[in-house]
Amino acid sequence: MTLEHYFDIVLALALLWSAWQSLITPKLDRAVILFISFGLLLTLAWARLDAPDIALAEAAIGAGLTGVLLLDALGALGASKHSRKRQ
Amino acid sequence: MKKLLVLIAGLSFAAILGTAMFALESTPVDLRLEVSANLPLSGVDHEVTAVLLNYRGYDTLLEIAVLLLALLGILAVMPFDRTIAPPADGPVLPILARPAIPLMVIVALYLLWAGAFKPGGAFQAGAVLGAAGVLAHLTGLVPGWHRPRLWLRSGLAAGFAVFLCVATATLGHGAFLEYPRPLAGALILLIEATLTLSLGFCLSGLFLLLSKGEGDKS
Repeated sequence: MTLEHYFDIVLALALLWSAWQSLITPKLDRAVILFISFGLLLTLAWARLDAPDIALAEAAIGAGLTGVLLLDALGALGASKHSRKRQ
Repeated sequence: MKKLLVLIAGLSFAAILGTAMFALESTPVDLRLEVSANLPLSGVDHEVTAVLLNYRGYDTLLEIAVLLLALLGILAVMPFDRTIAPPADGPVLPILARPAIPLMVIVALYLLWAGAFKPGGAFQAGAVLGAAGVLAHLTGLVPGWHRPRLWLRSGLAAGFAVFLCVATATLGHGAFLEYPRPLAGALILLIEATLTLSLGFCLSGLFLLLSKGEGDKS
């Protein structure tokens, strides 16, 4: 067992953990943040699998733009709830 | 009761997926040798780009079509009465964004160029461009696209249009998307360049078209 093996095992466990947590957490904001960190961990996993093309795409689209869109949707949901309360 | 049902459904789906996976032949078709053998004919020196833009160009064409359809969906349901939200306050983000955005454009150009011989390519470059657009909007440098005009719309559609034109033009030489060999590299670069631009527009459009930011200028 080299250091790389340990790193891979920790990475795989962290992937499973963050995926599971982002699915079961009741708070939406927490789920979104966990999803973004899941995307970043997945980027690392692709890089470890010697697939830099997919790692680049995952970092830019999976973690970056999807995260931004999810956060935007979250903000819109919060704003609409807020304005409904005010009415 | 409901949880139990979901659990049973999930487990059975996992079991079906598992059996399907193990039912696959243990010696799958190995295309790597063929990909490497035909690389000199493809017009680029990187396997992934060769697969995406040459061997399986059809898939990439459909991918950009799907993205364009998603954009059209947003354009169709775009609400036009909007509340104007104030731009983000605090000096840190704008100060960081001003040097970062030109750098992101340079990185996108590098990724586009590097796609011909190492990891990179139109999709990654387009995603970086799109992220630059979102960042520029979040810092108030670019207004939201509330009424996209002709130029913006043609920018959104250019990648797909150019790809489709090249694909149609290749019909005369043989099969759909079979590039003539001496021109393959140049055609792939042309397609990738317009794809990068369009993907940048599309991906930031997903955000900027729906944004509640100020401005009706674009």
